[in-house]
Amino acid sequence: MSEKPSRRRFLQASLTLIPVVSLAPQSVFAATPQTQPNGSTSAGAEYSPRYFTAAEWAFVNAATEQLIPKDDMGPGAVECGIPVFIDRQMETPYAHGALWYMQGPFMPDVAPEFGYQQRLTPRDIYRFGIRACDVACQLSQGKTFAEMDASSQLQTLQQLESGAIAMEEMAPTLFFAQLLKNTKEGYFADPIYGGNKRMAGWKMIGFPGARADFMDWIDHPNERYPLGAVSIDGQRS
Amino acid sequence: MARNQPEVDVVIVGFGWTGAIMAMELANAGLEIIALERGEMQDTPQTANYPNVIDELAYSVRGKLLQDLSKETVTIRHSTNQTAVPYRQHGAFLLGNGVGGAGFHWNGMSWRAFTQDLRLRSHYQERYGEQFIAKEMTIQDYPVSYEELEPYFAKWEDVAAVSGQTGNLKGQILSGGNRWEAPRSSAYPLAPLQSIYGAQVFAKAAADIGLQAFPVPAANASAPHTNQYGVRLGPCNFCGFCEGYGCYMYSKASPQTSILPALLEKKNFTLKSRSHVLKVNTDSSGGLATGVTYIDPQGQEVFQPAKMVILCAFQMHNVRLLLLSGIGRPYDPVSGEGVVGKNYAYHMNSSVNVLMPKGTQLNPYIGTGAAGSALDDFNGDNFDHGPLGFVGGASVYHLRTGGRPIQQSKTLKDGPSWGKGWKASVQEDYQRTLPIYAQGSVMAYRDTYLSLDPTYKDSHGQPLLRMTFDWHENEFAMIKHAIGGATKIGKAVGGDVQINLRQSGSHFDTRAYQSTHTTGGAIMGDSPNNSVVNRYLQSWDVHNLFVMGACAFPQNLGYNPTGLVAALTYWSVDHIKQRYLKSPGPLVQA
Repeated sequence: MSEKPSRRRFLQASLTLIPVVSLAPQSVFAATPQTQPNGSTSAGAEYSPRYFTAAEWAFVNAATEQLIPKDDMGPGAVECGIPVFIDRQMETPYAHGALWYMQGPFMPDVAPEFGYQQRLTPRDIYRFGIRACDVACQLSQGKTFAEMDASSQLQTLQQLESGAIAMEEMAPTLFFAQLLKNTKEGYFADPIYGGNKRMAGWKMIGFPGARADFMDWIDHPNERYPLGAVSIDGQRS
Repeated sequence: MARNQPEVDVVIVGFGWTGAIMAMELANAGLEIIALERGEMQDTPQTANYPNVIDELAYSVRGKLLQDLSKETVTIRHSTNQTAVPYRQHGAFLLGNGVGGAGFHWNGMSWRAFTQDLRLRSHYQERYGEQFIAKEMTIQDYPVSYEELEPYFAKWEDVAAVSGQTGNLKGQILSGGNRWEAPRSSAYPLAPLQSIYGAQVFAKAAADIGLQAFPVPAANASAPHTNQYGVRLGPCNFCGFCEGYGCYMYSKASPQTSILPALLEKKNFTLKSRSHVLKVNTDSSGGLATGVTYIDPQGQEVFQPAKMVILCAFQMHNVRLLLLSGIGRPYDPVSGEGVVGKNYAYHMNSSVNVLMPKGTQLNPYIGTGAAGSALDDFNGDNFDHGPLGFVGGASVYHLRTGGRPIQQSKTLKDGPSWGKGWKASVQEDYQRTLPIYAQGSVMAYRDTYLSLDPTYKDSHGQPLLRMTFDWHENEFAMIKHAIGGATKIGKAVGGDVQINLRQSGSHFDTRAYQSTHTTGGAIMGDSPNNSVVNRYLQSWDVHNLFVMGACAFPQNLGYNPTGLVAALTYWSVDHIKQRYLKSPGPLVQA
């Protein structure tokens, strides 16, 4: 009982820090690792998506897990927190298209060498893309993407990649490229962004993370680097 | 109505390398200087602090240090009969922003030019005949010689703590260095960086086929160094976070690590960030600059009067400011007349990937911006171009700037891009693939130029710059030759060699990163008919206006441009101090 007031003060102090957290995602306060015992595959289960609807969230979880599946080299996308990463990215200026020149006129039909010429932001691409993909899955199998079995999901993603699923708002390949790009980002970005949980992506590839000091290993050519990865907030593998 | 400020001696527009050099030298001469930088203040402790800076997503993927394209970009087209479209996302080139500019986020490869590169047209005509240079190729000599620039290269290399292996000391060829380099009056200020494993493999393979590789000259300090401004850089620790990042180790030369600690102490120097210059103002005759108009951080329009204006923004932005200010005659590709925007050029790159044996540990994350080994046997005029028929060449090298996993990992040649097998392929490639790069010169052509876009505007309502650019056959032939050399080295390494050669007939692709070495548009020359600025980088039209940077290059080299950009800046400011300040007026009579 006597601890109550101090705990209360602590909670108040924590709340006042929240704006700082949202302004500076690189702050250590934002980086508290969400501990997941036993490497459960439902790492994102307790997370409430901020941008994605329940249906979209189910799609993102299922699709990213197909793109980076769990195997003997390490955990898959969901366990790595990649859906969480993507959802959190949706609230950044990037996903609002605010880092891009978005003034018209738009000329989406110019040669691909001229780069992105669409009006759609990443948020739009996910919203339209997931809906169109789920509609196509419903038509062919009477199920959403997330409800289909693994082999049907795989086949659907292959169709998306090759442009074989019709989409009104954009080329299906644009949606697929966006999804794949963000999935890999979530696998390899520092864990402070919600993905790469327990630095699984870095461990897989052998990247020592934020260690960023190799003065003592330059003269060890062709020798395995002895130290594990560290993250910006001080996690060690 | 613009608010008026008190007049100063010098206003500097843009604050990257050239702005910092100009400000330091002119402040030492006692002038009252204001530098206007449109981006944010950036410094090592705040902007490049460990561990926050070791964040690939924020910096190189989302481009934390890059120009905010939502406010301003360029438009691009391949030819004059197309409508240009905006460069909406960063791709082929990465424009810098903020204090330090691209000099804060660069890699640090610091080259001198070849003697022949600075008199390119004359040299090719003398060696290969008048007919060798195609008519549409509008290349010309730099109006300054290597011999004249040599002391200024040396001065820069001290300021930037350049680490390297001297190859030509006053005409004497020294083993281990670059036998093709132009004669140096002094050795590099610092010994070369330690050689990473990949560079050792590259150098040995080159030696096996009779070529002598040498350490890439690096503005990444190999040891502690106190430069002539009293600023101290520390030794590089090969953290692998140069390009796209500020250097938390104070090892990579930048305005922040090489000049600002001394410059910011000076009472006669003021740096104003978040100050966006709209135009250079001129008097009623148009022949004299009166100052600049800029938008201050509160959004107010301000007129800053000055006795001299020095444009030190990035290459493209300097050209755009000249066009927006109506200074100099805009280039017309139809008549070939006019000069502002003329001779835009770039780099053409290709590469070879060598797959090393299973179990190899390249440890790609052990790297730095200029950690590598190079050779120049396919660069400059270091080989007989006669039977080959093209102009120019490429530097061929192995370089390891880092192993940042989002952007610097990939699958093996035929690896799946996702799903089953993707992880294994990426893991194998990461430790086993040794890339060999060729970075080649691009010549200037009648149909490659910069102008103002008729449609698209920036956030201040001013027209965007428009780039009209595509590849020419000369460059495809150049890079094919260089990649031929790189392939031989790759085969000498052993293992599977994968060739990624830019193919003749392909078009300039704005999507994938290639190089931020954009050049030309405000070129230097010996006459107002062929150039925007004279040999001292002084405007032919407005004598108290000087224009720095790679916009002055008449055509590009097969080298990273910063060494030459810096040497030209030191050359220019020396003549401003020695001659212009004593007697303001044209330093070269038109």
